[in-house]
Parts: sequence; structure tokens; C-alpha cells
Amino acid sequence: MPARTSWIPYALIAPSVIFLGALFLVPLVQTIWLSFSAGDGFSLGNYQRMASDLNFSLAVRNTFLLTLVVVPLQVVLALAMATMVTKLDKGRDLVLWVLTIPLGISDLAAGLAWLALLQNTGYLNSALYALGLIQGPVGWLSQETPWALFFAIVLAELWRATAIVLVILIAGLQLIPKEFSEAAEIFGAKPWTRFTRITLPLLKPSLQSALILRTVLAFEVFAVVYALGGRNFPVLAGEAYVWQNDNQNYGVAAAYAVLIMAISLAATAVYLRALRTRPEQLP
Amino acid sequence: MTIQAAELPRTGKSRSMTLPSARRLLLWTGLAVLLAWVLVPIYFVALGAFGGRLGVFRWPKTIWPADLSLAAMTQFLGIEGVFNALVNSLIAAGLTVVFSILLGAPAGYALARYTFPGQNAYRLLVLLTRAFPLAILALPLTVSFIRFGLYDTPFGVSLIHTVLALPFAALVTQSLFMGIPREYEEAAWVFGCTRFQAFMKVVLPLALPGLAATAIFAFVISWNEVFAASILTVRERTLTAYLLRILSESPLHYRFAGGFILIIPSVLFIFAVRRYLFAVWGIASK
Repeated sequence: MPARTSWIPYALIAPSVIFLGALFLVPLVQTIWLSFSAGDGFSLGNYQRMASDLNFSLAVRNTFLLTLVVVPLQVVLALAMATMVTKLDKGRDLVLWVLTIPLGISDLAAGLAWLALLQNTGYLNSALYALGLIQGPVGWLSQETPWALFFAIVLAELWRATAIVLVILIAGLQLIPKEFSEAAEIFGAKPWTRFTRITLPLLKPSLQSALILRTVLAFEVFAVVYALGGRNFPVLAGEAYVWQNDNQNYGVAAAYAVLIMAISLAATAVYLRALRTRPEQLP
Repeated sequence: MTIQAAELPRTGKSRSMTLPSARRLLLWTGLAVLLAWVLVPIYFVALGAFGGRLGVFRWPKTIWPADLSLAAMTQFLGIEGVFNALVNSLIAAGLTVVFSILLGAPAGYALARYTFPGQNAYRLLVLLTRAFPLAILALPLTVSFIRFGLYDTPFGVSLIHTVLALPFAALVTQSLFMGIPREYEEAAWVFGCTRFQAFMKVVLPLALPGLAATAIFAFVISWNEVFAASILTVRERTLTAYLLRILSESPLHYRFAGGFILIIPSVLFIFAVRRYLFAVWGIASK
């Protein structure tokens, strides 16, 4: 019995609508407006200043590079984890708990955890020293070793944010009926074939939401990078932070924000199109 | 051996007899590597947090705990501003929990129990927040927050954190309430309860564990958030904002102590909500 339309549902959603309007839609418009207003009236001044900044092209390159490397690796790693976990019967809960711990860990804390491993007198160098590969403490996170720093950030991001992909994928895997795979097995399909022909296509909606979530977050990566390398590795959100807090130039910071939002929206649109699922393809 | 022998007639394949043990070994090796991959960095940051100045610069390091003491941690908590930042983080996270439940749960209830024009528009608004890097929206808020006296307060920080947690809370509570049969409520109406009483006496007790899980997620979202908290505070920093600010000038063992304090609640909370994790994310990711 569907309830009759009344004022009640509107009264129930009204507070959250007003809240999201005031603190999501208004700042959204404000950001765009702020980014186009330098001095008087409409102007591209902020964008010109942003683009002519020394760190700009570096930040764009680094952010894209990080996203393009980290997100696919996370999906592969999470798929491997999920496949392993579903094969378990004993100890499954404990394993899942440990694997999902990073889900609750702040990006700043994740950066600091990896800093403990990778700093000059850290555990990586100690291990390399014990193996006789290096003579003394070596710096990996400075400006002189950009690739080592990049690799360190990739590791920390993989460590921290794979858990969220894992949780979404496992939630998705639980929705796939076991019968499909069993039927395929009876017809002689090998595990790999079953995985690529049955599991992956049926997992598409979950993959899509995991990819959207992770990509949007990857474009605003910030604290991990700062904890490991300071400003040695400029990224877009980090530059926005510097323009806002250190340079007190809200216009250029807003221009960075609009750039990040535009990239995120474009990525979301690409995923929505590329991983479209027609209703008849759902299990 | 006996188990394999018993399974033999059922499967009727000789291959399935030899593979499982080798496969199981491979599976558990893989899992052991993955578990170590998650736990080892936490272990090392804990060593760094309790090892103090000496521990951080010891060379070469052993992976076993050596001369750990609480002194390093108490020293860190004694630094001016750290304790205050910790309190601010707790206030902001607590307020985020309150706001996101108070605003999100009614919306979730409305979506679960009613069909009404505009319902899809509301869903779209909630989903739209997903496609935006929300923390970035703190940038223009600085100016209006200063005007309204919200700048540099845990309250102001909790408002922007609620934007992050609210869509999540609305979607999760929606499915939570959908799981509670409408008939229970209708029975309460029959016995003379008002709608509100029926909700408080019948639905709420049933929804409480799920609501608690939602609240914990909201807490973690706020506790961990760095960018918006750093933009919107100067003196009344949250712990994440404080740590970010002192990153470049503080000694390593203080940074590790801060990182460790940030990690502890997350580990406990994920343990507390582990049963709800997959249900919650299955819903929230649709």
C-alpha cells in the first residue's frame, strides 16, 4: 500500500535540502564565480595566473600520473583480494577486518605511516643496509629523487585506498548468483574464463561506482603527498591549498578548485558512458 | 586425506584430489602477504610513536621494539596546541555525527516510506555530491564563514564535514528503514499511536544498530578529513589540520605520534562496524 502523497515526506527532506543547498550548491556557484572575478567584472585573470605559475604544469602532470597509475592498480589489487577472500571459509571475518582497516585511516596518517618506513633512517633503508645494498642512510623522498618519491606516494595511496574498492567489489560480488558460475563450470569453463566472462561483466555496476569514487578522490589527493614529500611533489589540491592559505589569493585557489571539479566531472561522465549497464544485463 | 577420499566419488575427477592443498597453500601465502602489507606500516608508525627521538634516528633499525616508552607520547600530548586540537577534532566529529543523522535519517525515512513527486530530483541532488570533490568547496566558504563568525570554530568545520557525510547517511538510512516492515508501524497506529510515537517506539529500536553504524561512519569521515579542516581553521585547528601545519617543522617522532593517534580510532571503529561494512557500502555505492 503506497502511502498517499502528503506534506510529510517534504517536511522530512526539507532540512537536508536546505542544508545541501546552503553548503553544497551555494559554495559550488561561489567557487565558479570567484574564479572568474579578478578585479572588476568577468575576467580570466585568475586562470592566467594559475597557468603561468611555475608549479602548474607540474601539478597537472603529477596529479594525472598518480591517478592513472594508482586507480587501475587499486582495482586489480582489490579484485585479487576479493577473489582470495571469497575462497576462504575459515577466518574470513578476521581477514576481511584486517584488509579493511585502511578504510578508516586518514590520508595524512597513511602518509605518516609510510614515512616511518621510507624516511632516511627508516625501515626500508635498514633492510637494504642489512642486505648490503646501500652503505648508509639514503634519502628517497627529496627533490633529487622524484621517481622514488612518486613510487612512495603510489605505495601509500595503494595501501590506504584499496580497501574502499575492496568493500564495494565484495558487496557487488555478493549480488551475483552462484548458479551462473556453477553452470559455466559444468560446461567446462576454466576459472579464468569464468572470471572474465561471468564475474567481471556482472560486476560492472560495482566497478563503475568504485572507479568514480576513487577517481574523484584521486584528483583531490593532497595529504598523503604532503606527509611524504612536502611541496617536492606538487599536486592540484596542494596548489589550491597553498594559494588559499599561504598566498591568501582566493581567486587563484578557486580557479584550481574549478579545474579539479571539471576534471572530476569529466572522469565521472566517461565512466558512466564506458561502463553503462543496460537493464536486461543485470542478473 | 579422509576428506579427499570422501569427496572423490562426488566430483569424480582426479585433478580435484591433488590441487586443493597446493592451491590452499598458495591462497594462504597470498593472504599472509596481504595481511602483512596492511599491518606492517601501522606497526612501524607505532614503533616510531613510542620510540622517541632516539628511536627515530637509530641506525640501522631492527624491526623488533626497542626502548619503547610512553614518554614520547605524553611529551607529544604535552605540546601546546596538541591537546586542544584533539578536543577540537572530537567536537567536530561529534557534531558531524549529530547533524548527519538528524538531517539524513528523516530524508532516508521519507525515501523509504513515501512515493512523492520530486523524489528523483532529491536522489539526483544526493548523488550529484558524489561527483564533486567536496572538500574543495571549503575554499569559497572561508569568506562567508568569517562573516557569520563560523570561521575557525569546530562547529564551522563540522558543517562542511556534514556535507560529506549527509548523502551517505541518507542513502544508508533509506535502506535501513526499507528493511523494517511497514506493517509493524501500521499495527502501532491501530493501537492508537501517533505516527511519531509509532516511529519512536517501533521503528527506532529496530533501526538503532544500523543508525549506530551510520553514526560511526560519519565520525570517521570527519575525524580523517584534512583539506577542509585546514582551510577553515587557524587557531582552533583539528588534529589533522594541526598535524598538516606542523609537518615541515616538527621532529619525526612527533609526526609519528600524531599519525598513530589518528589511526587508533579508525582501527577500533572499523572493528565495531565490520558486520555492517558490506551492507552499508553495497547500498551507498549504487
